[in-house]
Amino acid sequence: MTNPDQTWSPLLGRLSLDAIPYHEPILVATFAGVAVGGIALLGVLTYYRLWGYLWKNWFTSVDHKKIGIMYMVLGLVMFLRGFADALLMRTQQAVAFNGNDGFLPAHHYDQVFTAHGVIMIFFVAMPFVTGLMNFVVPLQIGARDVSFPFLNNFSFWMTTAGAVLVMASLFIGEFAQTGWLAYPPLSGLAYSPGVGVDYYIWALQIAGVGTTLSGINLIATIVKLRAPGMTMMRMPVFTWTALCTNVLIVASFPVLTAVLAMLSLDRYVGTDFFTNDFGGSPMMYVNLIWIWGHPEVYILILPIFGVFSEVTSTFSGKRLFGYTSMVYATVVITVLSYLVWLHHFFTMGSGASVNSFFGITTMVISIPTGAKMFNWLFTMYRGRIRYELPMMWTVAFMFTFVIGGMTGVMLAVPPADFVLHNSLFLIAHFHNVIIGGVVFGTFAAMNYWWPKAFGFKLEPFWGKVSFWCWVPGFWLAFAPLYVMGLMGVTRRMRVFDDPSLQPYFIVAALGAGLIACGIGAMLVQFAVSILHREALRDETGDPWGGRTLEWSTSSPPPEYNFAFTPIIHDLDAWAEMKSQGVARPLEGFRPIHMPRSTGAGVILAGISMVFGFAMIWHIWWLAGASLAALLMTAIAHTFNYDRSYHIPADVVARTEAERTRQLALTEGA
Amino acid sequence: MSTADLTAQYYDLNEHDHPEGGSTQLGFWIYLMSDCLIFAMLFAAFGVLGANYAAGPGPKDLFELPLVAVNTAMLLFSSITYGFAMIEMQRGRVGGVKFWLVVTALFGAAFLSIEMYEFSHLIADGATPQRSAFLSSFFTLVGTHGLHVTFGLVWLGVLLVQLSQHGLIEANRRRLLCLSMFWHFLDLVWVGVFTFVYLMGTLR
Repeated sequence: MTNPDQTWSPLLGRLSLDAIPYHEPILVATFAGVAVGGIALLGVLTYYRLWGYLWKNWFTSVDHKKIGIMYMVLGLVMFLRGFADALLMRTQQAVAFNGNDGFLPAHHYDQVFTAHGVIMIFFVAMPFVTGLMNFVVPLQIGARDVSFPFLNNFSFWMTTAGAVLVMASLFIGEFAQTGWLAYPPLSGLAYSPGVGVDYYIWALQIAGVGTTLSGINLIATIVKLRAPGMTMMRMPVFTWTALCTNVLIVASFPVLTAVLAMLSLDRYVGTDFFTNDFGGSPMMYVNLIWIWGHPEVYILILPIFGVFSEVTSTFSGKRLFGYTSMVYATVVITVLSYLVWLHHFFTMGSGASVNSFFGITTMVISIPTGAKMFNWLFTMYRGRIRYELPMMWTVAFMFTFVIGGMTGVMLAVPPADFVLHNSLFLIAHFHNVIIGGVVFGTFAAMNYWWPKAFGFKLEPFWGKVSFWCWVPGFWLAFAPLYVMGLMGVTRRMRVFDDPSLQPYFIVAALGAGLIACGIGAMLVQFAVSILHREALRDETGDPWGGRTLEWSTSSPPPEYNFAFTPIIHDLDAWAEMKSQGVARPLEGFRPIHMPRSTGAGVILAGISMVFGFAMIWHIWWLAGASLAALLMTAIAHTFNYDRSYHIPADVVARTEAERTRQLALTEGA
Repeated sequence: MSTADLTAQYYDLNEHDHPEGGSTQLGFWIYLMSDCLIFAMLFAAFGVLGANYAAGPGPKDLFELPLVAVNTAMLLFSSITYGFAMIEMQRGRVGGVKFWLVVTALFGAAFLSIEMYEFSHLIADGATPQRSAFLSSFFTLVGTHGLHVTFGLVWLGVLLVQLSQHGLIEANRRRLLCLSMFWHFLDLVWVGVFTFVYLMGTLR
C-alpha cells in the first residue's frame, strides 16, 4: 500500500512498484480475472474487426440514442463491480465472529465499502438515469437529438473517464478508506496521506463535469426542442421528471465540485478549509456535501418515478391518473429536496430548533411522494392491467418503496435519529429506497424500452427468474439489517464481538446470494434474448400499446427519429394519434439536418483522465502537459465550424419505405 | 376529414431547417448559473471562515482599498468596452469589434496584473493561503475569479483569431454573445467580491 513517507521521483511522482498490490491474493486474483476477461474481449473485438465499427458508429457518435445505450452499458458494467464489493462485505460480516477476523484486512474492507458506495451512486445509478433520459427524452418530445449533441458525447466520456479512474485504483495504489462522502478530517492529508482520497476526488471531479454538462444539455433540450403543440402540461411525465432532475443536477453538482475543490486544496496546497487547526471547519464540509448529496438522491429517484408513471399507464391501458398532481408533486419534491440536507447529521448538535425545522421539511416530502403512490394505484384501478415484466417491477417497487419511505420518516424524527444515526437501520433504509426504487425502476425501464432500442423484446422467462430472485433476495438481505439497526449495531464494522448477531448476518449474506442469482438470471435474459432476437422481433415499433411519441417511430428508431416532426394535440400524443387513425406521411420527404460525429469528446475525456491520474500520483510534468494538451485540443475543436450535414431526402424516403413495408407485413400476419 | 388532412394536422409536413445554435443562449445561461453556484459556495465558505484568522493577519492588516479600487475600475471599464464591441457587432463592423475586444483584453490583463501584484505582496508578508482559514477562503474565492478572467482572456484571444478568419458569421456572433455574458457575469461576481470580501472585510 501507499506509504506516506515514500519517495517522490520527478518522473513518476509517487508511483512505484510498491503501488501494485501484488501481495494481496484477492486483488491479484481479481486482476487476473479482469486481465483474462479483458484480453479475451479485446481479442474478440480485434478478431471480428469491430474496432472501426465501434469507433465510427458508437464512440464518436453524437446520436442521443447511442449515447444513452452506452450510458446503460457503463452502468451495467460498474454495477457488476459494485455488487462484487457488496458480496465481499456480506461474506466478511457473516464470518467475522468469535475471534475470526474474516478474509478482508481492515484497510481493504474500508476501501471496499467506500468504493461500493461511490460506484453504486456515481457510476451505476447516475449512468442508468442519465442513459434513460438521454435515450427517451428526445424521442418523447418529438426531437431529432439533444440541444448540444457534441457536448452529450463529451459528457458520456467524462463519466466513463471517472469510472476508469475508480477501477484503476483497484490495481494501482488504493482507493479511499473514508466512506463514500469522504468526510474530513479523516479524508484530510493528516489521516489519509495515500492516493486513495485523491482517486476519489479526481474520479468524481472528472465525472462531475460530464454530469453537469449533460444536465445543462437536457434542460435546454426539453425547454427548446419540444415538438409544436407540446405545451409544458402536455409533456409526458417521464420528460417532466427528467426536467426536474436536470434542474437538480445543475443546481447541485456545482456544489460538489466546489466542496471537492476545497478538499483538494487542503490536500494539495495545504489550505485550512476543513482542518481541525488554523480555523478550519470540518462540519462545513459535511454541510456543503449534503447540500449536494440530498438533491442527489432525488436526481436518482425522480426520473424513476417518471418510468413508473409511463409503465403504469401503458400496462393499465389508461391515461395516467392525476397527471397535473403528478407534475406538481415532482416540482414540490424538487424544491423541498434543497431544504432537508441537515437531516443527514442531526447529531451535529445544531440544537432543537434547527433539527425540528429539518425534521419537518423531511417529513413533508412524504406528502407529494404519497400523492404519486396514490396516482399510480388509481391508474391501475379499473385498468386492464397486463403483468408484463415492466409492470411486475413497478408493483414490486410500490410494495418495497413504501416501506423504505416509512422508515425514512422514522429517521426524520430527530430524537429517533439520535438512536438510529450511523446504524444498520439507516443502511437498510437507503438500500430499501435505492434498490426498491432506482434499481427496480431501472429494470422496469430496461424491459420497457429495450424493444425500442434494439427492435426486439426481452425474453420474459429469465426476466421473471431474475425478478423472483431479486425481490425476495432484497428483503432477505436487508430485513436483518433493519432489525440489527434497531438493536444499535453500527455500520462500517469489519468484525463483531457479539456472537448473537451472526445469524442475522448469515441471513443477509444468503439474501445477497439470492440477489446474485437475480443478476445472473438477468445476464442470461440478455443473452437468450439476443440469441432469439428473430423470434422476439417487433416490427411495429409499438410492442406494448404505448401512449407517448417514442412508440410512434420504428424500433430501433432511424438516426433522425422522426421523418416529419409530429404536431401534438394531447397529453398522450401517440395514443391520441392512434385513436384518430392518423396515417404516417408517405411522401414529400425533405433532407434532414443532423449533427456530425466527432472524436473530440473521446480525446478530451482521455486527456482529462491522464490529467487526473497525474494529479493523483503527483506526476507534475504529466499533469502540466496534459492540462496544456486539454486546452489546446479544446481550442482546436472550436476551429471546426463544420458540425452538421444533411441526410438526403432520398435516403429518408428509402428508410421510411422500408418501415412501410415492415408495417404492412405485420398487419398482414 | 380526409386522411391527408388528418396527417397534415398531426405532422409538420413543411418543416424547414432549424437554425443551428437556437439553444445556445439558454444553454449558456444555465451554465453561467451553475458557475454562479460554485462562486456561491466559495462565498459561503468565506462567510463561515472569513473571521477565522488563527491569530494571523486580518483584512485590516492586509487589504489596500485604493489598490483594489483601481483594480475594480479596470474590470468595470473592461465590461463597458466589451459592450462597445457588441454595439460594433450589431453594426456589422468587424474592425470595430476587434478593436474594442483588444481594449477589453488590455483592461482584463491590467486587472489580473494588479491582482497578482496584490497576491505576491500578501504571500511575501507571510499571509499565505496556508496561514489561516480566512486566508484559505480569501485566496480561493479571489483566485477562482482570477482564473475565470484568465480563461476569459484566452477565449477572447481565440475569438479574435476566429473573427479574422471568418468575420461576423452567425457562429461567431453567437460566440461573441456567450463571451459577453461570461465577461459581464465575472464583473458581477467581482462586485460581490469587492463588497463582501474587501469592503465588509475592512469594516469587520
